Amino acid sequence: MAGAFIESRREGEVLEWRLRGEWRAINIPAIQAEQQGMDLAGAREVRIATGEADIDLAGCWLLNHIGHELEKASVALTWADAEPRGLHVVREALDLEAEARPPAMQPDPLAVAMEKLGRTTVERVEELRDGVTFVGRIAGAWSGAFTSWRRLRPISIARHVYDTGITAIPIVALIAFLITVIIAYLSASQLRNYGADIYVVDLITVGVLRELGVLLTAIIVAGRTGSAFAAEIGSMKLNEEVDALDATGVDPTETLVLPRVLGLVIALPLLTFIADIIGLMGGALLCLSLLDMPLQQFINRAQEAIAPTTFWVGIIKAPVFALLIAMAGTFRGMQVRGSARELGRLTTVAVVQSIFLVLLADALFAILFMELDI
Amino acid sequence: MAAPDTDLAVDVRGIVNRFGRQVVHDGLDMQVRRGEVFGILGGSGSGKSVLLRTILGLRHPQEGSVLVEGVDMSTLGPAELRAAKARYGVTFQHGALYSGLTVRENIQLPMLEHLRLPKDALEDLARLKISLVGLPPDAANKYPSQLSGGMVKRAALARSLALDPRLLFLDEPTSGLDPISAAAFDELIAYLQQELQLTVVMITHDLDTIFRICERVGVIVDRKMIVDDREKIVDNPHPWIRSYFHGTRAQRFGSMEAATHGT
Repeated sequence: MAGAFIESRREGEVLEWRLRGEWRAINIPAIQAEQQGMDLAGAREVRIATGEADIDLAGCWLLNHIGHELEKASVALTWADAEPRGLHVVREALDLEAEARPPAMQPDPLAVAMEKLGRTTVERVEELRDGVTFVGRIAGAWSGAFTSWRRLRPISIARHVYDTGITAIPIVALIAFLITVIIAYLSASQLRNYGADIYVVDLITVGVLRELGVLLTAIIVAGRTGSAFAAEIGSMKLNEEVDALDATGVDPTETLVLPRVLGLVIALPLLTFIADIIGLMGGALLCLSLLDMPLQQFINRAQEAIAPTTFWVGIIKAPVFALLIAMAGTFRGMQVRGSARELGRLTTVAVVQSIFLVLLADALFAILFMELDI
Repeated sequence: MAAPDTDLAVDVRGIVNRFGRQVVHDGLDMQVRRGEVFGILGGSGSGKSVLLRTILGLRHPQEGSVLVEGVDMSTLGPAELRAAKARYGVTFQHGALYSGLTVRENIQLPMLEHLRLPKDALEDLARLKISLVGLPPDAANKYPSQLSGGMVKRAALARSLALDPRLLFLDEPTSGLDPISAAAFDELIAYLQQELQLTVVMITHDLDTIFRICERVGVIVDRKMIVDDREKIVDNPHPWIRSYFHGTRAQRFGSMEAATHGT
């Protein structure tokens, strides 16, 4: 019998295998298929001649493997000429290692689940503690930074105002306009049934100024800036830049975290203000085109609809949201250690968490303002 | 051009590499014979890494030809280039282990990409490579961030051997290791080179490594390469080579050698 890799000849109880072809990793499945199709019945010895076969380390592994299988079938393996180079390497590496290895443990699924629960609990508790520590550290750095103009790092803050604020203006303006379109169309189609078209103005102005302007701006910024903060600081951590700062005696919280937090606390109210203006302007435009409402009438109605506090109720939330977004982003960035995958995971966590925190804070604000009767 | 010489594992002829106006290589030749350990030397910025990237087919030279195992890297299509890249192993200076994968998965990745292997073969071959480079078995399930510098180098070597190449490129294999670990790593390379009959091309700055395992040395000076046997290159009159082998660091090394050998 002659295959592509093994040429087999029977001499009584001895099988003679002459190897040929490429005994390399790429051919392992084919060789295994060929070898398993061989008839071993009645054989007590397999004598292998390596011949002109090209055998590399993977081929040696396969020969070793075949040797073990023959042994199980109580067939002896011998070599017609010298055994291939590298076979002893495989034997030393694998068989010795197998002896040294402890017997495989079959993990109990209940124990695995318990271990996971415990591990997660401990991790969460540690994370909570880290979070509190982080807030404390920012507060400490804050009080230190306000002692001198230089330690406040105005240039760094200005850069972050630019990065997180100025460059976000186009997208924030566009979103604000689109939101107004949604409210205007939705409310116009409903209110028209009652002949109450004029209240579209109320919905737009109050909706944009009180809630939607600030909320949607914050969500855009959370996606844009929260992720950028986490990724920037995270890759600096991976690059040991944060350690380098620390070792130079420069507080990373003061240099990396604080300017970002302050920068966003300045930028987000400004962005909100722009979103409010664009929203109102869009509202006026839509009322004009959709309801044929002249601009003067829109302004008059808006004056009646909004209380003196309406604008401030919205804008006051912006610095709080900014604080939450910036702290979530920088905190997750600082947590990165080890690998690129960790960086990606924590960046995602930063975005999800900052959006969650913004919505939670907004809900709390809604309750607070209700209680305060604003 | 003459027919490719089958005794050469790497045959670089007259390559020119330019970045804008800066000429890095100007007609550089380099021939590596099958089964030898070849060391590439050169000052910082002399284009060692560019040369390596050119040989690996990661970069096309402006002129000249690169033959690896008799295959011209610059004329290959994407599929052929992919196959050609499976025939050599590389380790990078900082290991370049995939940080999201364990050591075992790092070694299995090239196998999974290029081969169709049964599961037990995949497991065994990964374990084989791990034990071959002298890593403890429990390193298999560790992530690169959990390894020491020396272990990262070993794991990178194991990954470069994943497809059983006959040609191995090492970029500064011992940089960042302490002298004892570096010596052990040199021994490991020599052992693997012997047992697996590898051709090894390495970029190195380590005088110990050169004298311990390199048979021939190529020095990149003046945008060209001067190649000679290890014993003879030391006496080359070129000023850079003189100061490299006879500078204060090398002198100290020489006197230490003399002291330990009692000559």
